[in-house]
Amino acid sequence: MTNHWIDIKNADSILIIGSNAAEHHPISFKWVLRAKDAGATVMHVDPKFSRTSARSDFHVPIRSGTDIAFMGGMINYVLQNNKYFKDYVVDYTNAPYIVSDGFEFKDGLFSGYDPKNRTYDQSSWKFDLDSDGIPKKDTSLKHPRCVFNLLKNHFSRYSMDNVSSVTGVSKDNLKKVYEDFSSTGTGTRAGTIMYALGWTQHTVGVQNIRSAAILQLLLGNIGVAGGGINALRGEPNVQGSTDHTLLYHIIPGYMAMPKADWQTYDEYNKANTPVSNDTQSANWWRHKPKYFTSLLKGWFGENATAKNGYCYELLPKIEKGADHSYMFLFDRMYKNEITGGFIIGLNPMNSVPNSNKVRKALDNLDWLVTQELHHSETTDNWQRPGVDPKKIKTEVFLLPSAHRVEKEGTVTNSGRWIGWHDKAVEPEAEARSFGAAFVPLMNKVQALYKKEGGKLPEAITLQNWPKTYDAEYWTRLINGQFTKDTVVKGKKYKKGQQVPSFTALGDDGSTMSLNWLYAGSYTEEDGNKAKRRNPKQTDMQANIGLYPNWAWCWPVNRRILYNRASVNADGMPLNPKKAVIKWDGKKWIGDVPDGGWKPMSSGEGKHPFIMSKHGHGQIFGPGRKDGPIPEHYEPVETPIDSHPFSKQLSSPVYKRIDSEMDKLAKPADPKYPIVLTTYSLTEHWCGGGETRNVPNLLEAEPQLYVEMSPELAKEKGIKNGDGVIVESIRGKVEAIAMVTVRMRPLKVEGKIVHLIGMPFCFGWTTPGTGDSTNRLTPSVGDPNTTIPEYKASCVNIRKADKLTEIVR
Amino acid sequence: MSKAFLIDTTRCTACRGCQLACKEWYELPANKTKQVGTHQNPPDLNANNYKLVRFSEHLDGETITWNFFPDQCRHCVEPPCQGAADTVEEGAIIKDEATGAVIFTDKMKQFSEEDLEYVRDSCPYDIPRWDAKTKRPGKCMMCIDRLQAGKLPACVQACPTGTMNFGDRDEMLALAEKRLAEVKKDHPNAMLADPDDVSVIYLLAEAPERYHTHVVAEAPTPTSRRQLFASLRPSLTSVSKS
Repeated sequence: MTNHWIDIKNADSILIIGSNAAEHHPISFKWVLRAKDAGATVMHVDPKFSRTSARSDFHVPIRSGTDIAFMGGMINYVLQNNKYFKDYVVDYTNAPYIVSDGFEFKDGLFSGYDPKNRTYDQSSWKFDLDSDGIPKKDTSLKHPRCVFNLLKNHFSRYSMDNVSSVTGVSKDNLKKVYEDFSSTGTGTRAGTIMYALGWTQHTVGVQNIRSAAILQLLLGNIGVAGGGINALRGEPNVQGSTDHTLLYHIIPGYMAMPKADWQTYDEYNKANTPVSNDTQSANWWRHKPKYFTSLLKGWFGENATAKNGYCYELLPKIEKGADHSYMFLFDRMYKNEITGGFIIGLNPMNSVPNSNKVRKALDNLDWLVTQELHHSETTDNWQRPGVDPKKIKTEVFLLPSAHRVEKEGTVTNSGRWIGWHDKAVEPEAEARSFGAAFVPLMNKVQALYKKEGGKLPEAITLQNWPKTYDAEYWTRLINGQFTKDTVVKGKKYKKGQQVPSFTALGDDGSTMSLNWLYAGSYTEEDGNKAKRRNPKQTDMQANIGLYPNWAWCWPVNRRILYNRASVNADGMPLNPKKAVIKWDGKKWIGDVPDGGWKPMSSGEGKHPFIMSKHGHGQIFGPGRKDGPIPEHYEPVETPIDSHPFSKQLSSPVYKRIDSEMDKLAKPADPKYPIVLTTYSLTEHWCGGGETRNVPNLLEAEPQLYVEMSPELAKEKGIKNGDGVIVESIRGKVEAIAMVTVRMRPLKVEGKIVHLIGMPFCFGWTTPGTGDSTNRLTPSVGDPNTTIPEYKASCVNIRKADKLTEIVR
Repeated sequence: MSKAFLIDTTRCTACRGCQLACKEWYELPANKTKQVGTHQNPPDLNANNYKLVRFSEHLDGETITWNFFPDQCRHCVEPPCQGAADTVEEGAIIKDEATGAVIFTDKMKQFSEEDLEYVRDSCPYDIPRWDAKTKRPGKCMMCIDRLQAGKLPACVQACPTGTMNFGDRDEMLALAEKRLAEVKKDHPNAMLADPDDVSVIYLLAEAPERYHTHVVAEAPTPTSRRQLFASLRPSLTSVSKS
């Protein structure tokens, strides 16, 4: 979230799209309803009428996978009807930048496309620079090659007719949403966008979110109270685990994973540290070598020295173009390229697409270590229905895991607040937390490498591991410590003391920090700030619900990111009624500002978007692999074979996997005419591995269902409560029909398209409840993140003669 | 001053935190349920679910409405069940003076199936249930043990949206009127369900039958029922014991 949960109450217009907020983030609705009480409009755009829709002012049914068309239509509406906030657009975004002549967009493709490798050469997606290397601008927004006009031209195709025809949303509904949300482009009203996996889990997932970024920048909704782009991140510590790198492509603190192109410490820093000659651009990532060096010091301790490049060369490096995300990992396993491994804290045999294939892939392992609370479809894959356990060669170790309430530590919430939770009870029997299992394991691995050697043993033996696990110890290290006596702003710190902030981190080996974003969370002065529970606030802070002394928030306790975009050049709030920060003549008051520089009119200020190289919000975003501006592409499996925006049906660069089990239905395949979307539900947690073992939750949601419209049910001769078979080109799944008026047939490109929806939380280890919905979904993903397209694929449905997976 | 709930259904997201919190507090076992084509599960109140969120969906033209109704004992001001139970055994159902909570006592353990049926029939909201095997009766007791320890009822504590409210009766009535006035701006047919007769006051956005069949009491009113029971007591007693 750019903002935080409480801040939702400050919104005047709330667009919930790509999220079922009330069901998946119940607490969000505490604040949504507060906003509604104060007069805000709440709109829910989603294929299904859900509990979120029930509490919104209105629901807008949309065909899954057409969000860019919907959002593009809104961007077009804002531009054509002058609804954008002009001063903000000119001063704070890259709309005035001149894009170089080599960039073009033609019939669905951006310049630089290589059809053979299905990738873009992004070198033409750039700006004209002046002699200092600063982008040329036309602040009158008249230059035909300025970002603003390219954007206007690009989205001019997104007319009400085209958008309505592709999305299945009526023109009346489009207008209703567009009018209300664009009313926030005034500086004195605020609109927020709440999204979640309904936006990310598409082959255009990143571009869905880019469309929100562009819209919010045009309306001046970033940095303000009640605004922002708010990714709703859930209970499984999604925010914290992303910050600390759950995913393979980054290392802690959102820095790039080392690649084969960058063999040395210097090469890594050179390739990853942006340079700006603009004195008004903070270009915050110029500090990256300090954060990176401190991370290496954290990993390798005393062994990391300037002379050996802080042990950078010992890190594994990814080959160019290699993808190590789940889909590709399991594909390599399927192709016998992986012999063993650890799977802890997830249930991929239920939650990775094309389950029939990944279940088979796991059989190829010689050994597998799992650590769980309960038996899951993954721990017990070797004895799943339909296989002979005697023929599975894998030796499986199942270690007992401690439950959340049996351990202490931090969880980072969606608003980037780090909160401490205590241990309520001791773990049962031999169960251990992940840390308490992993730290001793690493000690043993280190001892073995020391004794027996091996390929590059130093990569393991030089790592800095304590003997035992202690959550608070790691919280201290995540903040960071001085590795030698140092003076910061006149204050002396001894070796081993906590760094006060990331501004104290150095690139000379004088500090260590396991995550620069968290520096300042655990200091000598204030201790462990994740434990703070003080509601103290100023009147200005109270006015917008800021609690700066409650927990701690990254970065530097700033609760609303890019908040200097909420003030004018004199530092005065654009919306005085909901001021976030304000220059009082000497200092900033309110929230922690994005850098303490004086206001822009002083001549000593910095542009507010400090994380981008040139300091402006990126309407034109050249860093993504599928284009600098979003474009509508159909999901890979689609019920139509053409659309009005271009001849490019699906993303030209989406990730796909080739194997005999990775079949895809062809566009508009009459055998699979129905759009399937999959989702979580309130009562079960993710793949259900934990909550299916909680009887009271299973009582409330006991078995796999498929939500479908009465119209489709009639067409297929299915009655409410009937057992049905849902079938894709990859597999079939049994479910119980939930025939509901909450699913509406949509008119798309002149024909009726039916949508159905299914949860994915049921599995065979809870007998009679159903089995993995992901046996239906395809192994295709977003080109930037490889997140699978769980939200839109094509299937068919029929009444079942008998059920074997679900007990009646 | 007796206590009351305000259940503001216009704020309910049917997260079922209340339904689950109730089960957790009373350590009620889970029923073995099945999916039968609705999210409402278990399908009805039972001895193991004193509280149940009922789901009711409607399509009017192109407009979808999905109503949620966290159903529970209303703790009537003049509880007809008490009158009915008294005909079997005096004091089997009592009303706590301090809170207004209507409590089924252990004396009901002696009740026959017919007696229990009779108590259920007396309820204008169709609340009382019992375990088929043990005949243990079950319904909301206002978390009277929690109240006596200075805590809120478990369902109110768990609610994230302000649907479940609890406090002194006059406070809740005032809040109900205030919320009703606000809700009426968007929903002109909004109403409070039997506010004068019950301690669990529901705020509804539209007609009661669009939520559930027993949202409001059917005539006769609880007061006159009480009188009716009192007048019929001797004959009913003999019937139920015959």
